[in-house]
Order: sequence, then C-alpha cells, then structure tokens
Amino acid sequence: MAKMNMLQAINSALAIAMEENENACIFGEDVGAFGGVFRATSGLQEKFGKDRVFNTPLVEQGILGFANGLAAQGTLAIPEIQFADYIFPAFDQIVNETAKFRFRSGNEFNVGNMVIRTPYGGGIHGGLYHSQSPEAYFAHTPGLKLVFPRNAYQAKGLLAASLESNDPVIFFEPKRLYRASVGEVPEGKYTIPLGKAEIVQQGEDVTLLAWGAQVEMLEKAAEMAEKDGISCEVIDLRTVAPWDVETVTASVIKTGRLVVSQEAPLTGGFASEIAATVQEECFLHLESPIERVCGLDTPYPLAHEKEYMADHLKVYEAIKRSVNY
Amino acid sequence: MAKLLNVENPTNTIRKDTLELDFVGEHALSIPTFKMLDDNGELYKGAQKSSMDKETAIRIYETMRFIRVFDERMLAAQRQGRVSFYMQCLGEEAAVTGSAAALEDKDMIFAQYREQAALAYRGFKLEQFMHQMFSNEKDFGKGRQMPIHYGSKELNYSTISSPLGTQIPQAAGYAYGQKLKGDGACTICYFGEGAASEGDFHAGLNMAAVHNSPTLFFARNNGYAISTPASEQFKGDGIAVRATGYGMKAIRVDGFDALAVYEAVKMAREYSVKNNAPVLIESIAYRLAAHSSSDDPTGYREKEEEETFRDNCPVERFRKYMVKQGWLDEAEDEKVKEQIKVQVLDALKVAEKVAKPALEEIVTDVYEEVPAHLQKQYEQLKAHILKYPESYPATASRIGESK
Ligand SMILES: Cc1ncc(C[n+]2csc(CCOP(=O)(O)OP(=O)(O)O)c2C)c(N)n1
Repeated sequence: MAKMNMLQAINSALAIAMEENENACIFGEDVGAFGGVFRATSGLQEKFGKDRVFNTPLVEQGILGFANGLAAQGTLAIPEIQFADYIFPAFDQIVNETAKFRFRSGNEFNVGNMVIRTPYGGGIHGGLYHSQSPEAYFAHTPGLKLVFPRNAYQAKGLLAASLESNDPVIFFEPKRLYRASVGEVPEGKYTIPLGKAEIVQQGEDVTLLAWGAQVEMLEKAAEMAEKDGISCEVIDLRTVAPWDVETVTASVIKTGRLVVSQEAPLTGGFASEIAATVQEECFLHLESPIERVCGLDTPYPLAHEKEYMADHLKVYEAIKRSVNY
Repeated sequence: MAKLLNVENPTNTIRKDTLELDFVGEHALSIPTFKMLDDNGELYKGAQKSSMDKETAIRIYETMRFIRVFDERMLAAQRQGRVSFYMQCLGEEAAVTGSAAALEDKDMIFAQYREQAALAYRGFKLEQFMHQMFSNEKDFGKGRQMPIHYGSKELNYSTISSPLGTQIPQAAGYAYGQKLKGDGACTICYFGEGAASEGDFHAGLNMAAVHNSPTLFFARNNGYAISTPASEQFKGDGIAVRATGYGMKAIRVDGFDALAVYEAVKMAREYSVKNNAPVLIESIAYRLAAHSSSDDPTGYREKEEEETFRDNCPVERFRKYMVKQGWLDEAEDEKVKEQIKVQVLDALKVAEKVAKPALEEIVTDVYEEVPAHLQKQYEQLKAHILKYPESYPATASRIGESK
C-alpha cells in the first residue's frame, strides 16, 4: 500500500496496463512529454516511448475516430479527452461508431479494446465549459459502459477493470477530487468489477444513491442526518451504464426510501432513469416519493456555482423530506 | 477522350493532365512570410511603403502598451489569488492589434481567447475588462463564464466560447449574413494553430469558400497549443497553405511586425469585401507567456527558446519605429506606463468589491423567458438558501432585496 492521490492512482493503473499489453497506446491533447494538463499521464511517455504515448493534434473527433480504428485493429486504445466538456466534437465518433461497431457488424468487428478517459464535473470554478457532467447523453446510447470512480482506490481498481473490459468504456474522472482524494492504494494490480454498485455505508431508513464526486455529498449529508437519528444507506453506483439494478432495488426494498443525486441538470438526467426503474421494481415498498437532488436546468454558472450545486445541504433536506413524508 | 476534356468538369478539381508519373511534394507549395519592420524598428531595405497614418500608429502603440502592462498586472493579481485565472497576449500584441486596426468598426470579431488587445483597440474599457474577470454584476456576461471570456455587442465582439474552433464556421455564417445585408462589412475570426486542427476549422473554411462569404480567417500561429509544439500539431507548411485546398487566397505575415500585419489585413479586408470571398491569414509569432495562469511551460520547453523570442518583442519593435517617426516621446512613454499600472490596480480594487450578480441571474437567459420549471427551481433554491444563509454568503443576504 502507498498513499496516492487520484491522479497517481490513475497513472499507476495506466502504467500497469501498458506493461501488460505491449501494444497499448495512450494519446490525446498534451498527454505526451507534459503528462496531460492534469498530469495523469506523467512519466508514461518516458517509460513506454513516443510510439505508444503521444500528443495528438487538437481534434477530438480525430482522436476518437483514430481510437476507433486502432481498437478495431486489436490494439488497446486509451484516448484522453482533456475535459468532458470537449467530448462533444467527438460525439458522432462515440455515439454512432464506438457504441455500434460490434452490433452493426454482427461482431465481425468491435472496438471493445477502448477506454476513453475524461475529467468531468464542477467545483473547480470553471464556469459553463469546464464543469459539465455529460453522462446522460451517453447513457442513452446502448453499447457504451460508463464508469465513475469516487476516490483514489476506486479509480485504480475501476480503471484496471475498464482496461480489461471487452466493451468500450468512458471513464469519467472527477477532477475536483484529482488531488483532493488521497488514500491507501495498493501498488500492484487489482480490479474492481464493472457493473457492480458498492454499499459504502449500511443503513435502515433511506437509501442514498450517487456516482463519482457526488458520493462525497451523500456521505456528508448522511452524517448530518445521523445526528437527527436517521440511518442512511449510502450506495456508490460506480458504473452508470449498464447499472446495478439489483443492489439498488434490494436496498430500496429494505429502506423503503430513495434519494438519488447527480451533478448534472435534473431534466433527462440519469437520476430520472433510476427513479423510473426503482418506481417500477419497488412500487409497493416505497414509503415516500423518490427524491432527485440534481443541478439546476441551466448551464453551469461560475459566480453561482455554490448555489447551483447539488450539495450536501440539498441532499440533507431531501433526506428529511423523504423520511418525514 | 479529347472531347471530354473540353467539358467543364463537375468535380471542379481536374485542371491539368500529365503523362509524367510523379508525386507532388509535401512542401510543393510554401508561402513566404510578409514583413516590413526589422528588430530595430527600421523598414527593411526594399520593404513596401507603409500606408499607416500617425493617428492609427499611435492608437496601435497605445493599445499594445496598455495590454502589456495590463497582462503583467493581471497575472500578478492571479498569483496573489485575487483573480482566479488569466491568459496573456504576450508575444502576439502586434498580430492582434495590427489586425484589429486594419478593420472598420462595423466589421465583426470572433475571437478565440487571447485577443484582448483587439477588444481594447475597439474601446473596451479597463473597468469592463475587470468586471468580467471578477464575475460581478457589471460583467456583460453576468458572471457565468471564466475570466477572459469577454464580449461586447456594442463593439461588435462576439462573446468568447471555450470550446475551441467553434467560432470558425460561425464567422463564415456571420459574414454571409453581412454580405446579404449589403453593408460592406466583413468578419474576422481569430484562432490558434492548435484550434486549426479541429473539424470546425475545415468545415468553416470550406463553407466560407463555397458560399463566397467575406470572412478573414486569422490563424495565430504562436508555436504552441498548451504543451504541444506546432511540429506535433501538423505536418506541411503551416496553416496558410491549406487555403489553396479550399480555393481561397492566403497570406502569411510576420506576427511580431505590427506594420506588416496591418498592411496584410487591410489588403485582405479590401479583397474580401469587394469580391465576397474569404481570405486565410497566418501570423507567425511566439507565445512568450505560459498558456494560461494554470500552465507551467518549464515542463515542455527550454528557457533558452523563450529567450530567443523575447528579443523579438513586437511592442519594442513598434516602439522603436514610433520613436524614429518622431511620433513618441520616450520619457513620456515611461511615465504613461507607470500611470497605467496605477490605473489597473485602482480598477481592480473597485471591481473586486462590486457585488456578484443577483441570484435570479442563475435562471435568466437560458431561454428568452424563464419557463415554469426553472421558475420553480429558482423558488426552491431561494427557500433553501434562506434556510442555510451562512452556507451561501454571497447571495443569502441579498435575497429579498431584488425585485
Ligand atoms: C474543443 C476543445 N478541446 C480542448 C480544449 C482545451 N484547450 C484550451 S486552449 C488549448 C490549446 C489551444 O491552442 P491554440 O489553438 O494553438 O491557441 P493558443 O493557446 O496557442 O493561443 C486547449 C487544448 C478546448 N478549450 N476546447
């Protein structure tokens, strides 16, 4: 074990995959000698050479198109999109190509050998173009796995599993926690299974569900609620698509209540999908309406970032509403 | 066969046949760099005569001098934690100011983010720059975007958007509208050599060329896109040569040379408006500063390289020219620089005390009118903040005071 922050944990998972797989390639804007603007790929070009770790021209559509071809050929492709806000120029390549390569060819071809890494989310004073959480757009597209770590330990294990997955994965890294999340992380390889939620904290009265950086808000709110005598079960979904319906519904059947929270705007967000499914599966067990605590239905503002965020206080209020319904 | 050759080719590409089997080389087309002023502020021997009058030269110089002092001070303010983020124009003052000076006020500007000098040239005030940087209630953008994302309807300067390259096809469309209106105006679009790799660049140039849109595409080739050197950004002879592929005119100019940039853009503007055609202009300069206040260039380039270009200072070069023309008093110049420093600090102190935008600005401008669901979310937010006023100090005390 070693103390690592999330960037170091990610770097470690990448280094191990590059050692295990002699053709794997890491590429994207500034990822080469500089190690990326957040330094997640620091030292990798030095270790694995310029043919395997390289800067690309500034063209997300090119990066993902290139990755599609490379993965189709059989090489493990690990493209980076510098900010999740800039994944949209690559939207067509991801949604129409990456996600559908296997299906449309009857599995003659696939691009399962691909992990798209991208920093997402707010809390860094980035305003509307450095704060977005775009998972809902991709969750609507069958064929993609969407993975969100909440801390350094999870990041390394989930990334290792993503790199082993035979489906294309978008690995969303909460940039607010890149340096803030520090913890004990094994130096060697370990994997955390995809598609499995984790019960972070057991509880009786209400289930709290989120993914990525938002889990921290749940934990804080659960602590506040505990002082009021409310026992919260906290679940980290970890994989947004395909998601772990079983763990979530089992918990809601136990507690009878669900508060689900996401950073992204409310309307059409993945929280809505979860609410619909849980309502269908757990209807007779529900003691109160499912609460969604989300960003507002506006672009992400700069000056009012604090007000905009689905913070722990908003989650706490939702817990009380749910319990006192 | 012979007959077919006389028919106009619908693919509009085949112009000439050859029986000689050979490649065309990677650099078959290489475009020279137009220059006028040398490092000492003298016209090169044989250089073309300058058409720039004294008044324009003074305004260019004053803008460059202002932006240099301003950039320096604001970066320092960022280091002190007073401004959250900053980006300097350092090294490209002449390219940006010289090009802005060659335009008319009615011409539209679509910038990338490093073109504050163009906005300053147009008359954006020191206080206005500051209000944007502090996301306060006087910011035209209502505090929604990061620092340096300026915009001004009055000055025909489209508000900056962070996603790179998106302004390039937009400029082509804007200029097409100007053409239809027949107001004899054009649009200039600035972007870096990095952003010129984006799909939007190719889309934008092609659209402008095919639809005869009077757009001036101004590529600021400053050698770096964050850490990525131009050599890892593209092969071939820079950005300017690409114009040929799209069937438009191009010119490459020394971006350290305000005089040359001015002449080049003036000629391009004239041609573009008269012929309803786009022109691609490539300025060759160097990004002397870090990419932004969050960047550290020592991680990817040698100090020596930067030093080489520091001697090529575009402001200094033009200053020498001004002195030689007898258009600038050097003692006075130093005094003014000191005055600007004081003015910048004063403006900063004022702007940082101006209140943040009212909370309701969080839901306005998403649509023309605030729809019911947003109104509801706003009311819920207000009630929530009033419950926890100490957790949202910037807005809590002001709820109720607004309409
Ligand atoms: C679509 C998109 N991708 C990535 C970024 C992140 N980014 C911001 S500036 C920059 C480099 C731009 O370089 P260049 O266009 O050469 O302009 P310069 O900064 O040199 O003036 C990058 C990669 C972005 N803003 N938008």
